[in-house]
Amino acid sequence: MKPLSVIVTSVCDIFAWFMIVFGVYVINNGHNTPGGGFQGGAIVATFLSFMLVAYGGKRFWAWLREGVYGFLEFLGLVAFFIFGCLGFPNSFFYNSIAVPQGGEALSEWLPLCGTISLMNVAVGFEVVGALSLVIIYMYGSIRMVDTGAGMGGERGHDRFDR
Amino acid sequence: MKKTIFIAAVILLGGLLCDMFEEMHPLGVPLNTAMDDYILAHALSDRSAQNVVTAMVFDFRGFDTLGEAAVLFTALSSIAALFRDGGKRE
Repeated sequence: MKPLSVIVTSVCDIFAWFMIVFGVYVINNGHNTPGGGFQGGAIVATFLSFMLVAYGGKRFWAWLREGVYGFLEFLGLVAFFIFGCLGFPNSFFYNSIAVPQGGEALSEWLPLCGTISLMNVAVGFEVVGALSLVIIYMYGSIRMVDTGAGMGGERGHDRFDR
Repeated sequence: MKKTIFIAAVILLGGLLCDMFEEMHPLGVPLNTAMDDYILAHALSDRSAQNVVTAMVFDFRGFDTLGEAAVLFTALSSIAALFRDGGKRE
């Protein structure tokens, strides 16, 4: 995939990082505002496709660290399962560390709603990893096929100079 | 002949559909509201979650969300199995 024009790359330089910040905001405030792990994770994963479209394949593969996304996927799923196990004296996925309204917070760093926000973060990690890996695998499997002259292929459409 | 059967089937199915719409109870008026009332009353007071949808997804129906995460993981695994060795990377 060829890199797009300097206008697109400049816009990517300026705005792509704000997409990550906005996605993290949506994940972090999932218990207060609309959104949550799935939606915010999808917003963060858009960053990778934005980079790919703006900068093209060569810069994409040079910049990419694929193991990070696999690790995010692993971390999100395991953390989600562990947070589910936290409520085990009562039942699986029981929210045992939630504080009823008007109560005292357990810790300064733990929100009142308990595992709801922790699971939001875990699912956010998982969705970021999964959707980014989908983009990486599907783009990485594109290969050039020489259809020969006059075979009726759409010229200029199927060309990826990788 | 084929056309007649087709038109007859369309009229029959349309009539059944209209009959079904007559029988439906109006939208927004659920028949049994016990669970809705419980969740709306307890999401904020017991769990301190202002977003009731998130309280629903991650607390009252947390097991469903584990299934959703598993669905996403399965989709990723199948995509990796299909596409991983194809093409060549630089």
